[in-house]
Amino acid sequence: MNANSRSEKWETVVGLEVHAELLTKTKLFCSSPNAFGSEPNTNVCPVCLGLPGSLPVLNEHAVELAIRIGTALGSTIAPSVFHRKNYFYPDMPKDYQISQYDEPINVGGRVELPDGSVVGIVRAHIEEDTGKTSHVGGSGRIHTADYALVDYNRAGVPLVEIVSEPDIRSAEQARSYVNELRAILVATGASDGRLEEGSIRIDANVSVRERGATSFGTRCEVKNLNSLRSLGRAIEYETRRQVAILESGGSVTQETRHWDEDAGETSTLRSKEEAFDYRYFAEPDLVPLAPSSESVEAIRSDLPLLPSARRERLKVLLATEEPVPTEQLTTVVTLGLDDLVAASIALGADSRLALARAANEAATQPELARMLAPAHFTELVRLEASGELSATQAKSVLAEMLETRRSPDEIARRLGFEALAPKELDAAIDSVIAAHPDEWRRFNEGDDKVSQFLLGQVMRETKGRANGKAVAASLAGRRG
Amino acid sequence: MSPDPRSEFPSAVETASLVRSGERSARAVIESTLERIARFEAELHCFNLVTDVDALSAADAVDALVAAGKDPGPLAGVPVALKDNMCTRSIPTTAGSRILEGWIPPYDATVVSALRAGGAIVVGKTNLDEFAMGSSTENSAFGTTRNPWDLGRVPGGSSGGSAAAVAAGLATVALGSDTGGSIRQPSALCGVVGVKPTYGLVSRYGLIAFASSLDQIGPIATTVADAATLLEVIAVHDPADSTSLNVTRSRWSTDLAEGIEGLRVGVIEDFLADAAPGCQSGVRAAAEALASAGAKVEEVAVPSLMLGLSAYYLIAPAEASSNLARYDGVRYGLRVEAPDTAEMNSRTRAAGFGPEVKRRIMLGTYVLSAGYYDAYYAQAQRVRTLVARGFAEAYESFDVLLSPTTPSAAFPIGEKSNDPIAMYLSDLFTIPSNLAGHPAVSVPFALDQGLPIGVQVLAPALGESTMFRVAAAVERAADPMARGPIEPRAKTNS
Repeated sequence: MNANSRSEKWETVVGLEVHAELLTKTKLFCSSPNAFGSEPNTNVCPVCLGLPGSLPVLNEHAVELAIRIGTALGSTIAPSVFHRKNYFYPDMPKDYQISQYDEPINVGGRVELPDGSVVGIVRAHIEEDTGKTSHVGGSGRIHTADYALVDYNRAGVPLVEIVSEPDIRSAEQARSYVNELRAILVATGASDGRLEEGSIRIDANVSVRERGATSFGTRCEVKNLNSLRSLGRAIEYETRRQVAILESGGSVTQETRHWDEDAGETSTLRSKEEAFDYRYFAEPDLVPLAPSSESVEAIRSDLPLLPSARRERLKVLLATEEPVPTEQLTTVVTLGLDDLVAASIALGADSRLALARAANEAATQPELARMLAPAHFTELVRLEASGELSATQAKSVLAEMLETRRSPDEIARRLGFEALAPKELDAAIDSVIAAHPDEWRRFNEGDDKVSQFLLGQVMRETKGRANGKAVAASLAGRRG
Repeated sequence: MSPDPRSEFPSAVETASLVRSGERSARAVIESTLERIARFEAELHCFNLVTDVDALSAADAVDALVAAGKDPGPLAGVPVALKDNMCTRSIPTTAGSRILEGWIPPYDATVVSALRAGGAIVVGKTNLDEFAMGSSTENSAFGTTRNPWDLGRVPGGSSGGSAAAVAAGLATVALGSDTGGSIRQPSALCGVVGVKPTYGLVSRYGLIAFASSLDQIGPIATTVADAATLLEVIAVHDPADSTSLNVTRSRWSTDLAEGIEGLRVGVIEDFLADAAPGCQSGVRAAAEALASAGAKVEEVAVPSLMLGLSAYYLIAPAEASSNLARYDGVRYGLRVEAPDTAEMNSRTRAAGFGPEVKRRIMLGTYVLSAGYYDAYYAQAQRVRTLVARGFAEAYESFDVLLSPTTPSAAFPIGEKSNDPIAMYLSDLFTIPSNLAGHPAVSVPFALDQGLPIGVQVLAPALGESTMFRVAAAVERAADPMARGPIEPRAKTNS
């Protein structure tokens, strides 16, 4: 069976568990700083080290951020209870994790992806993060290391775990979902959205089934997915692996698997038999959480525009008959550059060009791009649209605008891109016509081949400062 | 008749008054307590650690405040013994376990700060059953504490060191912790007053957890007035404990004289049948005394209370199995090296925990396990609700309830140490208050064959004021020879 008919026969089913660290000043249950990149074991106290006698006290801001996420996902904000999830692990100071179990704060919800598909949300609950273990010596892998070091700075950092329904059907859709979710988390101010720093982490539940089947196949949970790329590759790998097992007459074993980015494959981490029995029970050191409906409504009414609404807003601003550049829309919204685009359109910029420059060039440095002055960006788009700067020139100017935040005129001048004053261009064209009367005559008689020659002469006359489009337009305008 | 030996032991209220007025220095108080500890500690073994140097410098600080005309606090200069499961900054805290031997907390429990603010002076950390699991103090990794009324008998537990220390005058007052009776039962067996306050009244921050939903710190003293005064000092709202109640500070000690006329007292008849004759007759005598003091006394059946014990022995071990997981050899305390982490965890815990702690961890792990949770843990929680409901119904007709504190007086060392169920039954009458989160106090009332027996006064949540008033009335009717402090004695002279 070839790959095509195989993919026609089998369908991938994916549900994702996305863990997002919340942007609080302090940890979930104590006043130790929630900060990334500090010296090991400096952001700790008796509570987050789980010292005997210490007790947790819930961080109110973490609850507010969790509710913001819930309202953004369209969840029901429910009275909730913290539970202890018991298992031994050296980077977990109490050897239990305070999490939420059967009464989570956010129940249900949905995420609409840019392509219009919808992924259901089962729940989004609050829990604490663990510390980090580094294995030292040997090859640095768990089983050959000489010893392990534990950094508890991350222990107790607030997380929201967002569990999706098994509604995802491809690696591409999984990436799109995580992108969209990340954009929602950033928009609500709940997360910085940085996958590379581990502030968003993903586990994937992957199964396959025959297309058209109504029940699900046996799933495997894949861990250690720390980029969108690994997420996509791991889902594709798991799909191939499980299809191969099923096609050879075998059956998939439910287990937890580890993604090895270098090898490009998954391997067994824990079998079903070795799975932890977490012995959940209600955390007696905390009281049940029952946010008032007033506080939930206050948070809801304070929510910023969410990515799907922001894409809609830009679509309206584009207002043309041409097809909507969906990818560019998604990019600028995901990176938070849509405000810049919208503002520049409001200031009179060409909407498609503004969108393109934001999605293609500004997007390479989103942090800097978000700090661009809309007036500067608008001016840049105007210079390019009017032909005063060529596309190449405009991109160079934009790159420097991102670095220096200076105005496009100033940068263009410094780079020598300064558009010729119309008079200067006219003078240059006059002198080219005077110097090449034959070519000018042939051009006037409709010989287009000679236009390139004339344009080249103008460029030479202006030492390359003229904009090609502007020259061509001017030459055409003078043609008799 | 020999003179009352207690005359040489001023109460906490008297001591504080002498120190505050400058009639007696805190240093002199502490020195005499330390002398008495030096004299009797070897035979009693109340303490895991005597903090003599710190106590003397704290006494000097109190004296300096008095000299400067500043308020040294309501317990100025009062020697207090601290159960060794309450964290003390820079002072070892063991919870009676090898697994924490040598661990030095970097912080004080909230009660320790409150005691200091009240002028009390910690003289040492008292012995206990390991992690407060036991009713005899025989489960300590650091030796058995002996009952000053009969050195061959147990002081009760788990706060046996604290109760014995107060009974023998090695401290004027003490703090214990009570999860299923661990303050009241040893207090009854040692002839002292022991209070389990309303859950949430005293902060648990810095108390090494046994069963978080049941644990509560409380006072042990020789008089009801001392116990009430000590509770006033430690019952502070604590934002570091999410279960700490935010209630107005009470003045229970000043309510004691109010009398009990018209109060409705219910004698729990379900408990009487299971009590030794001496304990039964003690409660009946106390009930009569309350009636003659103007209370309306009746017997009342509260059958659901008898279900408490079995629910308790599912809930408490379940919470304990989780609370004690952190003793894994990774961060502090004992570590037994091994080739990999799981094996290190396992060897450390095998070597560090005693048999009773292991029994409860296994029991608790089992009842929380997938497939057993509903049958055991969830069922026990339903029973807990039934117990609370039983109390609620009884308190519709009564202001307080009365019962024996324990089924019997102090038993000989070793008698129940190989029979866990017999040992667990020691807490039959005390457990229901923990399950409901209610306050209860044990008051020494009479001697039974030369050993003290306690009468328990139970009250609804935050009913401390009424509870203390009734306790004071019981105390007034009690045999004065049935309470400490006493000179430790080798044998019962019955």
